[in-house]
Amino acid sequence: MNAMPNAAILNAAGIHKRFGALVVLDDIDFAMGADEAVGIVGPNGAGKTTLLSVLSGAYPPSAGTIAFKGDDVTALAATQRCRLGLVRTHQVPKPFSGMTTFENVFVAASHGAGLGRDEAYEEALGSLKLCGMLGVANRRAETLGLLDRKRLELARALAARPTLLLLDEIGGGLTDGEAGELVETIRELRRRKIGIVWIEHIVHILLQVAERLICMDAGKIIADGEPQAVMADPQVISAYLGGGPK
Amino acid sequence: MSAGVIERGTAASRIAGFGVAAIILLLAVAPQFLSAGAVDRMTALFIYVILAAMWNALAGFGGLVSVGQQVFFGLGAYFAIRLANAGLNPFVSLFVSAIIVGAVSWPISLFMLRLKNGEFAIGMWVIAALTHLLVNLDRLIQGETGTSLISLNVYDASMRRVTIYWLALGSMAALLAILFGLLRGSTGAAIRAIRDNEDAAASVGVRVTGTKRLLFVLAAFGIGVSGALWLATSITFQPKTYFSVQWTAYMIFMVLVGGIGTFEGAILGALIFFLIETWFGGAGVWYLIGLGATALVFSLLLPRGLWGTLEERFGWRLLPVGYRVRLAAAAVDPAGETASSAQTKTHREKA
Repeated sequence: MNAMPNAAILNAAGIHKRFGALVVLDDIDFAMGADEAVGIVGPNGAGKTTLLSVLSGAYPPSAGTIAFKGDDVTALAATQRCRLGLVRTHQVPKPFSGMTTFENVFVAASHGAGLGRDEAYEEALGSLKLCGMLGVANRRAETLGLLDRKRLELARALAARPTLLLLDEIGGGLTDGEAGELVETIRELRRRKIGIVWIEHIVHILLQVAERLICMDAGKIIADGEPQAVMADPQVISAYLGGGPK
Repeated sequence: MSAGVIERGTAASRIAGFGVAAIILLLAVAPQFLSAGAVDRMTALFIYVILAAMWNALAGFGGLVSVGQQVFFGLGAYFAIRLANAGLNPFVSLFVSAIIVGAVSWPISLFMLRLKNGEFAIGMWVIAALTHLLVNLDRLIQGETGTSLISLNVYDASMRRVTIYWLALGSMAALLAILFGLLRGSTGAAIRAIRDNEDAAASVGVRVTGTKRLLFVLAAFGIGVSGALWLATSITFQPKTYFSVQWTAYMIFMVLVGGIGTFEGAILGALIFFLIETWFGGAGVWYLIGLGATALVFSLLLPRGLWGTLEERFGWRLLPVGYRVRLAAAAVDPAGETASSAQTKTHREKA
């Protein structure tokens, strides 16, 4: 495992997650610095999304502790973690369907970032602009296509003013041009010093942003380090090509 | 320049604001020109509007569909009886009773809000049935025999009638104003977000349980006011009349026909229900069959209700609680990277 970065913004230790008899996360240790961009890859069912859910507070871990900005947040719900700056997006978009795009994002600016009315307006418009969604600001979210719903996930999470953003497959199904725009957006977030954890199947997009790559398989981290080295790791190759975990 | 301006109202909604104020003023002086029977009917209309607005806030905005709201209607009447019996002025009792109903709804919310969707809806009905039985045990109520708000009889009948009319009108205006303020503010946005996706709302920092509780208690209070006012108009209190599920059925009817999830819809629905009752209420069973058929037709053909359909088709928004973005010209320009470069945060909020 990697040595813990000096200024770890997030430090998850000994994370287990079981659903009944099914072990989804098996003793995960993960720490990262405030200025890192970490990619997570792994075959389906490796536990990537579950890890994100446990980190964001959507469900509690069965065992283990999570510290954010030096404080133990294991017992805190998603709402509180979001307000501290630990914000996620959802793999299957979860828009507020009956509300407009702008209103979706405004909720996050107003409650997640805790901004007053005018500042929340500004923040919401800013994140819509960054994600290229101003043109659909007044559309009800239920009328948006999948691509816009994915963008909305990102715009909404950004409006909560995260210090660490957990992204769950926001690039799935994009054309090359759209993926290029997404990479530009994520690079802008990096310039704003927002830490990134990004789960993505499309590795070549991920590698344009991630400086560190983690590969998961069967609830464990099987490789962690410099992206090219991780992709060349024999365990990673066997996880993808079959043979299963050791 | 900023990327856009947020608009909260329309030209029509500003006119509607004045219209609402004018209507309430007219209604305030109306008893001078109305017959005694008409004053009583109008009082019933105000109570219906409160009921519809409260159920709509709970279900249409908050996603909390309950078929047990009659519990708060019944308790509003019951506590008023109890307070008046203890010597409190009967008119004062009506409102103190509603405050007690709000207070009682708090502990109920602690366990009921853990339930979701259908479980919550039916669970509330169970709460209503249980509460009905508990109230029957009170010696003062004498089981289903019931009792009356006797202390109201010391007032002259016409003075009593007009006072209750004004109290109902004032309660309706105040509760609608509170509800509108709440739903239009940032809490209202949180309420709608919870309705649409509770997990996502939590993930962007919305306090889900606290916000739902606030709405639940407010709706209980409003429905408690209605129950107490209904007691004042009818004097008699029989538990099975007040704790009957028909009250919630009426609320659902008004909201579905008027337009669920729109502020105007609940008011329109109450008006429609009131007119149907006025014209056909004497038709007995056929009246009830007609109500059921109307609700069925609406849910099949106009699932967004009358106002929801009008709003969609013609863009009418008289009492809007949402947000509209009017984009600055440069912001829609594909190459408009300059649109947000300046730091001038000039926001004009139009109300």
